Amino acid sequence: MNRARTVARQIWQVASIPFLAIVLAFIVAAVVIVVSSLFTSTGFEPLLPLAAYGSLLAGAFGSDNAIYNTLVAAAPLILGGLAVGLGFKAGLFNIGVAGQFLVGAFAAAVVGANLADAPGAIGVVLATAAGALAGAAFGFIPGFLKARTGAHEVVTTIMLNNAAVLLLTWAVNDLVRAPGFSFPRTGPIGNSALPILLGRNLHLGIPLAILTVFAVRWLLDRTTIGFEIRTVGQNPNAARYAGMRPVFITALTMTLSGLLAGVAGAIQMLGVIGFYAPGITASVGFDSIAVALLGRSNPIGILFAAILFGAFRAGAPLMQIETSVPVEVIDIIQALVILFLAADLIVRRVFRIRAPKAEIVELKTVTQSWAGGAASGAPPS
Amino acid sequence: MDAIGTLLRLGWEFLVYLVTVLPDMLPIILGLATPLALGALCGVIGERSGVVNIGIEGIMLMAAFFGYLTGFALHTTIGSGPSLALGIVVAVFVGALLGLVHAWLTVSVRADQIIAGTMMNIAAFGVTGYLNRLIITPSGLGGAGVIAPFRIPDTLANLPLVGPVLVMFFDQGPIAMSVVFIVIILQVALFRTKWGLRTRAVGEHPKAADTVGIDVYRQRYQNVILGCALAGLAGAFLTLESTGSFQNGMTGGRGFIALAAMIFGRWTPLGAFGGALLFGTATALGVVINVRVPEGDLGTLLKSIPTFWYAALPYLMTIVILAGVVGRSTPPAADGVAYVKEGKG
Repeated sequence: MNRARTVARQIWQVASIPFLAIVLAFIVAAVVIVVSSLFTSTGFEPLLPLAAYGSLLAGAFGSDNAIYNTLVAAAPLILGGLAVGLGFKAGLFNIGVAGQFLVGAFAAAVVGANLADAPGAIGVVLATAAGALAGAAFGFIPGFLKARTGAHEVVTTIMLNNAAVLLLTWAVNDLVRAPGFSFPRTGPIGNSALPILLGRNLHLGIPLAILTVFAVRWLLDRTTIGFEIRTVGQNPNAARYAGMRPVFITALTMTLSGLLAGVAGAIQMLGVIGFYAPGITASVGFDSIAVALLGRSNPIGILFAAILFGAFRAGAPLMQIETSVPVEVIDIIQALVILFLAADLIVRRVFRIRAPKAEIVELKTVTQSWAGGAASGAPPS
Repeated sequence: MDAIGTLLRLGWEFLVYLVTVLPDMLPIILGLATPLALGALCGVIGERSGVVNIGIEGIMLMAAFFGYLTGFALHTTIGSGPSLALGIVVAVFVGALLGLVHAWLTVSVRADQIIAGTMMNIAAFGVTGYLNRLIITPSGLGGAGVIAPFRIPDTLANLPLVGPVLVMFFDQGPIAMSVVFIVIILQVALFRTKWGLRTRAVGEHPKAADTVGIDVYRQRYQNVILGCALAGLAGAFLTLESTGSFQNGMTGGRGFIALAAMIFGRWTPLGAFGGALLFGTATALGVVINVRVPEGDLGTLLKSIPTFWYAALPYLMTIVILAGVVGRSTPPAADGVAYVKEGKG
């Protein structure tokens, strides 16, 4: 009895701020929905948020298929969230998940199309590996630049996101365009598609993503590399004096982070999309940041946060159809969740919660290394 | 030997080509550089006081949208001229307002500055996309158009050598034309006035500044709000002076390229403007090469590079510049570090 209460209190200590941040975000978004309803033809609708949130819930959890849709939407967010969270652990902010996701998806599509007639197992494994490698390579670039020159990963990864969209469009147009289609796209992936396990669309990528959660947890908690990543993230100078290699760890972490994002792209390609065409949008990029922040960079936390955001993405279309509230309200909710997590002072004031004894440290380290700080190759001054 | 000779010849031909197309490029460079320069100035005065702002992209987008919305809503009742002018005012105001939010988050609440900026970017994308779908798209109507650019007399524009330069700076809309003046004013203000001295003191050593009686928080609030008002002006330029329409995510990374221009310019207004012009020139070259193809081997070579690579050039350049310049360019010492006044921690 007493023990149960202790456990409950521990869970509340970890999860209270994220939970209340979500509650607060929904309340503020409801105000946005009501106020903006004034400007539409239907006029003032005070109950619109309830209807919208109801449809959102129904679209996400209302039936077996809805639940499958939620899990399918959550799978790339789990991997993307892990990618961002791993970066946070090392004091790096990988905003490049969108680009790494796209190159991963592209590589998987190209390899998958070439192995369309090969036995399924070979196609799936090689196409997924191609996506992972492409993502890793695309993550290595900003990691290496950060480690060597101090170019801040926030700017370089965003530039790589923009460049990836253009260069992949060129690649689909000029290099790997499949014949016989009216628009530029890669060929059908045939046998390389991920097997469907349940319902219409619950594919193999979902258990894979969940397994990865535990793999990353093991990496961070049980290996030397994981220990080095966490130490570099908390204090690069201390890590250097302890004989660790912050430069190497920085490049390695960005590469691993890109690898996770690349796998996210690969399973989305092989399990859901099926071919690469220009204009594939990756909301996964920004969603992953919100997921990592909400999960507080903890792999298990990220798993739950990803399922929540997967539910938003899966339920939003039904909400827009039934209540005409634009799906972009999800982005607004997301920004609000990040706002209330970054400025948790607001949440504490509103709900009168005292500050915890141990501060969450990983979020404090992000801005310390703008333009070549401690985590880069430059020696400490 | 032959290969080197060909390479030298191609290099020479490229230089000659650059000089011949310069008159074509000059008039569009300033327009392309304007949002970058204003965004970079936002970065400069914020970071000189110690506040990093990667939300410039989002602030530009919000200002661009609300400026456009003002023109969209009012041009039938008050005419397009006044509604455009009002749109600029609204955009600048929205920028300043979001600057207030950013300053509050970073200075008072002491939230992580990068995460606060990311929040701003996601929020801007969401809010503008949401309202665009709710209000502008269903109406099927257009906006108030664009501000007519100023035209200099043909006799001046046709002058040899001087003409294209005059066109570059004066054959422009009011926002693009004002950029040059804003840059000069800020350059002088930052290094020759009390405000500038205080800004730099707060950004380099807030504790020392506090000791001599400078209000660190107040100075940072001031700078962030002023800077974001400029980012708002950049947004107004995009919708009201340049394109005359609004598309979701239309800033297309300009807020981040602006940061690269700022770093390239070593946190000075003049240098940042130079960086912005460099990016403007790279983009202009991509445009001009497709319109005026050079002759001979050079033409074949430049034509063989796909247009998408030219489009990606500014982004790739940003990365190269960051990697090449950053190591030798020092940010203000207290950049990105929240200040805790003693006894208030």
